[in-house]
Amino acid sequence: MQKIKLTNKTIFNIACVAIVVILLGYLQATEIENSYAITIIERSCIYAVAAVSMNLMIGFTGQFSLGTAGFMCLGAYITGIFTMPIEIRDQVYYLYGMVSFIHNIQVPLVVALLISGVIGAIIAFLIGWPVLRLKSDYLAIATLGFSEIVRAVLGWDGLGKITNASYGLSNIPAFSSIFQAVIICGVCIALMLLMINSSYGRAFKAVRDDDIAAEAMGINLFKTKQLAFVVSSFFATVAGGLMAVFLRSAATSTFTVALTYNILLMVVIGGIGSVSGSVLGAFLITAGQEWLRFLDKEYYIGSFKVPFTRTGFRMVIFSVLLMLFVLFWNKGIMGSKEFSFDWFKNIYISIKRRIRRKNNA
Amino acid sequence: MPNKESVLRVEHVTMQFGGVVAVNDLSLEVNKGEIIALIGPNGAGKTTAFNCITGVYEPTNGEVYFNNKILVRNHPQGKMKRMYLGEDEGEYFGTIVAPTPDVITKKGIARTFQNIRLFSSQTVMDNVLVAKHMRAKQNPFTATFRLNHSEESRMRKEAVELLKELDLYQYKDDIAGSLPYGIQRKLEIARALATEPKLLLLDEPAAGMNPQETMELTEYIREIRDKYDLTIFMIEHHMDLVMEISDRIYVLDFGKTIASGLPEEIATNQTVIEAYLGVTEDVGD
Repeated sequence: MQKIKLTNKTIFNIACVAIVVILLGYLQATEIENSYAITIIERSCIYAVAAVSMNLMIGFTGQFSLGTAGFMCLGAYITGIFTMPIEIRDQVYYLYGMVSFIHNIQVPLVVALLISGVIGAIIAFLIGWPVLRLKSDYLAIATLGFSEIVRAVLGWDGLGKITNASYGLSNIPAFSSIFQAVIICGVCIALMLLMINSSYGRAFKAVRDDDIAAEAMGINLFKTKQLAFVVSSFFATVAGGLMAVFLRSAATSTFTVALTYNILLMVVIGGIGSVSGSVLGAFLITAGQEWLRFLDKEYYIGSFKVPFTRTGFRMVIFSVLLMLFVLFWNKGIMGSKEFSFDWFKNIYISIKRRIRRKNNA
Repeated sequence: MPNKESVLRVEHVTMQFGGVVAVNDLSLEVNKGEIIALIGPNGAGKTTAFNCITGVYEPTNGEVYFNNKILVRNHPQGKMKRMYLGEDEGEYFGTIVAPTPDVITKKGIARTFQNIRLFSSQTVMDNVLVAKHMRAKQNPFTATFRLNHSEESRMRKEAVELLKELDLYQYKDDIAGSLPYGIQRKLEIARALATEPKLLLLDEPAAGMNPQETMELTEYIREIRDKYDLTIFMIEHHMDLVMEISDRIYVLDFGKTIASGLPEEIATNQTVIEAYLGVTEDVGD
């Protein structure tokens, strides 16, 4: 009985993946007509990775860290430097000239992402020493400061030969297809999910729920926080690298504090402490800003001009919707639950039961 | 003379917060297999003493030995040298030893808390599994890629066994915060046992329990002591529980040990009665 149920579930999962693949394949085949949809999906996926990595720190370990944009900025530059075609480098670095020792290194995207992730993790490990001893607001301020320092350093003239300073990087090769973007993001999120569901994930949650009790249970607070911070930063840096590939450029002005807040918004809307919530939040907020674009146009009914709708009005409505959302649904869409197909099964069973009861009556 | 059977030995421990001496020159000894109670009026410094033993606080002065090995050692330093008000000036030449609570737990001292501190948003099973985390042979890499499968299943098996033995198995998948109060107390003890301790510190295990539940708890504590070969050191206010269960009692008042001995001795000790009820001469005014 158990086995049959399990295979049923497996078949169902495979079917779901197949549907997604077919949909993406369709979008890829009709790339030119559907480039808009592809853009939104890719952007949402990248934000989803960043949001889950932030949730790992805020939602699962309970450490209010706001350094995401800084790590993303770092990742964008490193990935950009390592994937930019060699023949174009002299053009991009026309002002400073690129340092010779990295001038001739070009690696595939996945390798570049791994390199940036590892560098991000090492930096997180180093700044974690002083920073993670702080709590709540103080930690937020310190990591926010770090994020700005990264931006300032990467935009500094002195590093112009490596980072091209304030001119940023351009001509970074784009994703080969939508599959590449979706698969990389999917793998990143799956890895984080595996970690959260492991013994270490339980330790993270214990630290979040009650740090004194966690310590009394033999969990080393500092090491656990450090681990969460390093893993979270690794994936934030990878997300930054993906962002650079998506935008085909890297500039410090993209990775301001506003980006961190945008990702925080996705985490909060999706549900603090829920991976599927963060993914949902990333898609909803990225797509929502696009769906509301019709509000930016001017409309006329006969000669009567519809009031308010004009360029920028979309953001007003968006903000109002967010406020309403936070007021009436303050635990986010998912709360701290995870998405599961059993919900649909339960709904189906309850409907069936209700129908049967009605028929009986 | 250090006793061979001694599990916990506290020597001249003083804890001073600013100008307040919460624990003053506390010395006590807990031997293997004993149940020892620490009693005293509110604010006597009992929980502070526990916190000094388990590493939550670093004592201002004094030493703690576990199984005759040094566990914690400190003496007044810096500004505290001038401010020090403790009774025992102490001449400690040893190096300072100040481990964090997790290190002490790993050595085999587990504790419960006065106000229940469960991981209330997680299931009963997860609460116990968290305590198993520290002794598991794994690293973040093997855990993420599920290469520690045998270790994980061993942890689960042990957790299930423990829950079954303590009659908590039926609550396995319930959220800890939603359980009735008495069960939460029991779960906290179960979670402490999951760390595989040799010495169990219970901070007011019977707080908020009615006489019936307290009676059951008495049995329960004896049972786990025998089953897991434990030594128990507890803080308690319920006198019937203390008198019934403990082998020896230490009485603390204003941070100082005012009496110690067998339950019968303590029950008739004049100083203890005065500490609890106030001195009789004051009543008339």
